[in-house]
This record gives sequence, structure tokens and C-alpha cells, in this order.
Amino acid sequence: MHFAIKELNTSLGKIRDLDISIGRIEEEGWTDPVGPTPFPSLASLRNWDLTLLQRYRPFYMPFCDLCCLCTYGKCDLTGDKRGACGIDMPAQQSRMVLLASSIGAATHLSHARELVDRILERNGHQKPIDVGGHNVEVEAPIIRLVCGIRPRTIGDLEEVLEYLETEVTQLLAATHTGMEANNLDFESKVLHAGMIDQVAMEVADIAQVSAFGFPRADPEAPLVQLGMGTVDQKKPVILVVGHNVLPSIDIIDYLEHNGLSSDVEVTGICCTATDMTRYSPSAKIIGPISWQLRYLRSGIPDVVVMDEQCIRADTLLEAQKMRTPVIATSPKNCAGLPDRSGDGAEEIVADLVAGKASGALILDSVKAAQVAVQTVLEVAPERSHFKVLPSTDMITEKAGECTQCKLCRRSCPNDLAIPDAMKAAAKGKFSLLNEMYDECVGCGRCEHACPQGIPIHSVICAAAQKQIKEETFTVRAGRGAIQDVEIRQVGGPIVLGEIPGVVAFVGCANYPKGGREVAEMCMEFAHRRYIVVTSGCAAMSAAMYRDDEGHTPYEMYPGSFEAGGLLNVGSCVSNAHIAGAAVKIASIFARRNLRANYEEIADYVYNRVGAVGVAWGAMSQKAAAIASGFWRLGIPVVVGPHGSKYRRMLLGRADKKEDWSVFDARSGERVYVGPVPEHLFVAAETKEEAAVMVAKLCMRPNDTSKGRAIKLNHYIDLHKRYMGTLPSDIPLLVRTVADIPLTMKSDVLNILRESGWSEHSIPDPTLLSSQIREKKGVR
Amino acid sequence: MGSTDPWMIAEVAGPRRASVITKAEVADAIIRRARHPLLIVGSLSAEIEVDDRKLIDYLVLLAQKGGIPVVATAQVGKDLLERDLTPDRQMAAVDIAQRLADPLWKGVDGKGPHDLAMFAGLPYYLTQTVLSGLKHFAPAVKTMTLDNVYHPQASWSLSNLSLRDWVTTLRSIIENLEE
Repeated sequence: MHFAIKELNTSLGKIRDLDISIGRIEEEGWTDPVGPTPFPSLASLRNWDLTLLQRYRPFYMPFCDLCCLCTYGKCDLTGDKRGACGIDMPAQQSRMVLLASSIGAATHLSHARELVDRILERNGHQKPIDVGGHNVEVEAPIIRLVCGIRPRTIGDLEEVLEYLETEVTQLLAATHTGMEANNLDFESKVLHAGMIDQVAMEVADIAQVSAFGFPRADPEAPLVQLGMGTVDQKKPVILVVGHNVLPSIDIIDYLEHNGLSSDVEVTGICCTATDMTRYSPSAKIIGPISWQLRYLRSGIPDVVVMDEQCIRADTLLEAQKMRTPVIATSPKNCAGLPDRSGDGAEEIVADLVAGKASGALILDSVKAAQVAVQTVLEVAPERSHFKVLPSTDMITEKAGECTQCKLCRRSCPNDLAIPDAMKAAAKGKFSLLNEMYDECVGCGRCEHACPQGIPIHSVICAAAQKQIKEETFTVRAGRGAIQDVEIRQVGGPIVLGEIPGVVAFVGCANYPKGGREVAEMCMEFAHRRYIVVTSGCAAMSAAMYRDDEGHTPYEMYPGSFEAGGLLNVGSCVSNAHIAGAAVKIASIFARRNLRANYEEIADYVYNRVGAVGVAWGAMSQKAAAIASGFWRLGIPVVVGPHGSKYRRMLLGRADKKEDWSVFDARSGERVYVGPVPEHLFVAAETKEEAAVMVAKLCMRPNDTSKGRAIKLNHYIDLHKRYMGTLPSDIPLLVRTVADIPLTMKSDVLNILRESGWSEHSIPDPTLLSSQIREKKGVR
Repeated sequence: MGSTDPWMIAEVAGPRRASVITKAEVADAIIRRARHPLLIVGSLSAEIEVDDRKLIDYLVLLAQKGGIPVVATAQVGKDLLERDLTPDRQMAAVDIAQRLADPLWKGVDGKGPHDLAMFAGLPYYLTQTVLSGLKHFAPAVKTMTLDNVYHPQASWSLSNLSLRDWVTTLRSIIENLEE
């Protein structure tokens, strides 16, 4: 029950804005039956998880040999040793993966909670959820799937959040010493954390899309500016960094209400940047997470506003070097700053402008916005002389101090040949430094390692100044959900395999060889008529490329969910729409019941929807949680080589025929379908290896012969181009002669003959005995 | 830098660290003693210059002289083919590691499990994670690295070597195998 009173005069006094909800309104008019697992708890989907994990066995690659989580330790778990609590290495590694995924899920959930609370506070419980008007009737596919409810208002999301908060607490509790003991049960909980994370992301994004007027499933969302070169440095510049868009929105609103919008540049790094351009296309994205240090040191930002997630812990220190005031706005990231939330805005501004305070914690985003704008207007004219990086003379001088000890290189995540570049720079040759800029992840570890105190990262950026000025790209603002009509149009071709796949480039920017590889992979697959989806930092990296005619990828390919499309769904939390699209294919195209019916839908997606996630620069715990959510839905994820540091892969064994049978839902018979998809989580060493893997991982048991031929065509073509040969596993992937791509028929037939291959049938595939329509006693 | 410091400073493994191969003869003895060795050639081997050649050229010689089956990771199979060596398998590094950890796996050539896996030319951190997986979960497989940097997660590793010493070591290993 819910009622609201705007104003009521009673004998007791005047009551204003009374808003009361009791219980949950039972959905009227939603006739879909409630499936078997509404609001699933830790073990509700364990059987499904174990089914997946039987096929995709965890392969652990411990980061270190020890456990140091309790005072019994450190415990050496090398080989088959057990720790003082009895835990062994597989369980310990899966426990660490669960910790990472739970941290990620908690982070998205906390983000969602803040957004929903703020919207409830300002707009009330009855604010309708609207993510695409009449184009999106399945407004919250993941919530429908997991929780079994159909939220109509922001208030309805509270019940979802309460459920998620309970589950995250349970997940975290399972990592305590003496709790879960078995690695596969830890892994099942990892998948649960991923599913919880997906729901949390959906809550966050549908809430902000509904409340803040972001693009609503809009394939033609505006193109917005991206890159350090796009900033008008003549204006005062605010940098907002993090993921929670609320302070950015208040800054943009404050500027607008005070007629200052054209006087101040609002720039952002990481997902906050993505989301603020969804709010205001005139805001500018500087770049992904790895641009923090270089942008701070450029001196361009006159004020830094931090919200939450993925913000460098040394932001305040770096900002102080440039005399840039910092405003922290999240209780989750107070940065050691004094809490000035209760002080007047003018007082805080005065202290920041005078340099009496290097920063302030303001836990009131409206006040923080006012302080940020007033401060930037006052400090910007005084700070103009800080807008410099080392001069060329200074680069030479600093490089000349290098002793070639190599500690910088040994500290660099990408093993960049910094000493060689320094040696050349000392002689006035900057080309090696300049080249390094593209591959530098901006961590700054090289500087901390340098005994000479050379500001190596600044030197690299200084050598790349021309390149930095040319960072002027466009990215399509995050469009949000996929329209139902788009799903109707492509659902069939995807499920039958005629659209060769949906490839989602997601995640952070810990790239092995720079972000350009993401753009190249996006274009490769868009050109091949896959549907290419992007989000988060990867969406930005995909934009940082221009062809010979000066077009960026988002200008080259349409923003709709169609073959050859390149869609930016938005920030990290918008990843829910990618999973949502897969789920909606089951719902809208195949008319499967979504409601609390996770296992059946995941089985459908796994066997039919040729989707693959690529997190080429995955770095964070949130990225771990996002990947885990895709795994539970049966969607494989490829990470770059740094992703091997997540400690565990989920790998199939193509050579074990017994691993690759499914039920034929028509007969109940067990049928061999080949190793498709071969892996659920795999690290690729290079972009080329990843491209070949992606093409292969898009294959599904349900592919029609026409669809499989199309998919094989791309896989074989990429393999020939990058590996120089026809793939050796062709006999495992061809089911009938009709699967063979026409243009490759003679080559493939030769391979099949030599291997002793024989045809096998194409079933109506399922891993679940419950999905067998006619059981013939074979279960 | 000491000869047995991890090349990437923070890659400190734990109590069990790789034994250092101090002389080429030791590496040869390890290879000769192995019943069924395997060489895993990574993508960087086609980029790393060693004297007047690439690392991959030395690895091709090693495989040919020693009759050692080869797994090419990433796209390096193409570079091997250009050098007239057809790799036995093209597989991702993590994929071959998982196979090696299976004591029932018949090996890349179907001749039975491998008891020695040699690595060279993969990114350092990827080599470390893969070697760690084998250290913990493949007790029957010994690992050896041929990069010029120390890998603590291996069973045996070359030490941190200058380019000149590395060339000398690689040449000696190959020459000794010929004898």
C-alpha cells in the first residue's frame, strides 16, 4: 500500500510531503507465472553452477603461495599442503576470487543504493521507471529474471536493493575463515555474486536513466567529445573523476541555473564522465581511468571533484603538486579531508581559493557543486601558469640523470623499455618516449621505483605533448537499453547463427599494448557484421582512433543493435543492458518466461545466443563481478594477458568428447555438439589471439548450418590471417557437410577426411533435463 | 639487481622458488633427462632481438636439434611456419597449462604426458601466472624458462642475464644438444 499527502492541516499541526508505502503492491495485469527461483539465495542455483563448472573446470594460477587472512598465518599452501584452518590451495584461490567478486558487487550495489535514495528523496516513490518509452516494454529484464518482479516505479526498486544487500552480506560471510570449504562451492558463490552484481547494475542504470533524462535506448544518442585536446583551456576547467554521476549533475545544473554553462568546462574521467555526457552532451570525456595522472599533471583541471570508485588514492597528493583544490563528495572516499559539509559554501570557497585548505569533504552534492563552480571561477585565472609539463630542455636534463638501473622497467606493468627511451631522450631524441605514451597505463610505479627521483610519467607525457593536443575524438553517448523492436529484428538471426555474434567490449584500461587495440578489435568485428557493444572505459578506448578520413569508429558504424552496429550502452552499470539484451532475446524472440526463471533462461542463452564479452584491460574487482555475471548466464569472457592475474580461468577441454554432450530437448537423448563455446573465462596473450578466440567462442550448439557456416568462415579466416594456418579443431566444429563455408569447402573437406570425421546431428540443445519435452527414458 | 631477483620486482612467489640454471650444461642435462619435453613459444619471441637474430630463431634451433615438440601461443605459429617449423599445437598459454596439469593427458603428439615444459617469449607476468598454476597443480611436470630473466615460479630458471650472456647460454644449450 502506498499513499502520499502533499499538505495536510490537522489539529496536531501541518503535515507536508507525507509519503507512506506499506508492503509491496502485487503486480496487476502481469500474468506470467512465477518461476522456480524468485529472489534466489546462495544455494538456489547451485545445480546450474555445478553443471557449468563440470564443463568449464577452474584452472587456478595462484598469485602467491600463501594465505595471510588470519593470525594462524601466514600459511604455505604450496602443492597439496593445507593451511592451519584446513583450507587447500584450490579453495583459497576460489575464495580470493569470491572476495574480489563480492567487492565488485558491493560497489555497484552501494552505487545503486545512493542513486535510488537520492531519486526517492527528490522525486518520491512514484517516479516511473522509463528506460525507452514504448520501445522498451521489458524495462528490467534482469530484475524480472532474478527477482520475479516487474518494477514500475523507482520505489519498487527498494525491495530489490534490500534483497541484494542481504545476498552480498551472505557472500562476504562465506569467505570467513572456517566457512565454505570446497572450491566448487566457492565458485558457485562467485557466480551468485556476479548475478547479484548484474541486478545491482540494472537497478543503478534504470534509475538514473529514468530520473535524469539520459538517452533512453536511443541508437542515435549524440556524439560527444573525448580527449585532452578537446578541452578549451581558456576557460576554467572542472575535473570530475569516479563513477557516481550525482555530483556532476549538480555541477551542470548549478552552472545552468546561474547562466555559466558556456563559461566553464566540465570534464570527466572514467564512468562519471560517460554518465555526465548522457546528462549533458556538452560535458567532455578526457579518457579512461589511466588518464588520471597525466591529466592532473597537465595542470589543465583547476578543480578536482571526486565521487567514488577507481579514483587514484594519491589524487589529493597529485593535485596539491599542481595547487589544484580537491573536493571529495562520497563517504566511501573521504581522502583524509576535513568534513566541511556543515560549513557555508562561501567559507569553504574562500579557504580553497586562498590555499588555506587543499581540499574539502562535502557530503552534500548540491553544496559541493556550488563550491566547485565558485572555486574554479576564482582559482582558474591564478593557475594559468601551472598549465605546463616539462619543457624539452627539462626532458633532456631529467633523462640525463638516469643511471640505467632498470628499476623503472622492472616496476612497469607492461615492461616498457623506459631505460632505452631515457638514454635516447638524454641525447635529445624523444621518439621512444613518445611511442611509450600509447602503451603506458598511467600507474606511475616507475616514478616510485626511480632512485634518482626522475618524474618519468611526466617526462613521457611531455614528450607526447603534440599527441595529447591531437586527442580529439568523438564517442556516442551511452544509449542505455536495447529496444524491444531491435531484439525482435535480430533475435532470430542471432539464435540461428546468421548474425555471427554479439561481442561486448567492456571493462577497464589495463591494456597490454594500449587502448588502440580495443578500437581495432571493435572495427574488425563491426566490419564483419557482428553486433559490437561497448561500455565503460572500453567504450572510450574504442573511440580513440581515426581513419584516413578522420572518422572515429562511432562515426563509421551505426549505433543500433544490428549487424555491423557499434553501440555504446554507457558506463559500468550499463553493462546490465548487455546481459539484458541476451535475456530479452529469450523473452521477446523466443517467448520464454523470464519471471524468476533463471536456470531455463541461462540455459537458453548459453546454448543459443552467440555472445562473448571482451574485457581487454580488466583491472578491478568490479570487472571480476561483471565477468562472473556473464558466466552464470553462460556467456564466455575473454580477458587480456593481465586478466590472468584474476588467478583463475574457467576452461573447457575440447579434447574430451564426453564433456560436450547436451540433451536434445525433442527426444531426451544425449547428443555430442562439439566444444562450443570452448571456454567460459580465458586470457588471451595478444589482440590477434583474442580476435580468433572471440570468433570461435561465438559458436553455439543451436547454430543452424547456415549460421555455423558463417561463424566458421570468420573463425577460419581470422585464424589463417593471424596464425597462418587452418585451425586444427575444424573437425570438432563441423557437424554436417552443410556447416562448411562454401568458399572453403575443398580445404575443409580435406581436413575432415584426414581426421576421420563423421557427421552428427544438430539437436534442440539444453543442459537441463527439465527442458526435455518428450522423455524417452534417457536422462 | 641480483641474479635471482624477480625481473618484475613485486613478483615474489613464496617459499618455493626456482632453482637457477648457472650453466648451459645444466639446462641440457634437464632436457636430456626428460622423457617427453615440450617447448612453449610465446608471442614476444618474434619481437625480442638476441644478437643478430630473434629469440624465436634460437627456439626453432632448440626444438629441431632436440626433437622437442612445440606449442605456439598467440600468433607466433605463423612466425614458426616462416622458419619451416610447424608447431605441434597452437594454443593459448593458459590452455596448454591446464592440459599439462592433467596427468592423463596424452600430450601434444599423443605420445603421453609431458614431464618437462620449457617456456620462452611470453609476457613476464603471464609466464609467472601460468608457471604458478603448474607449480601447484602439475606435480609431475617440471618447468624451465629460457628467458634472460629470473622466473621464481618455475622449477628451473635462467638468472637475470645480460644480452651477451644470454646469447652464449642459448647457443651452448643448442650446441650441447647436438652432441
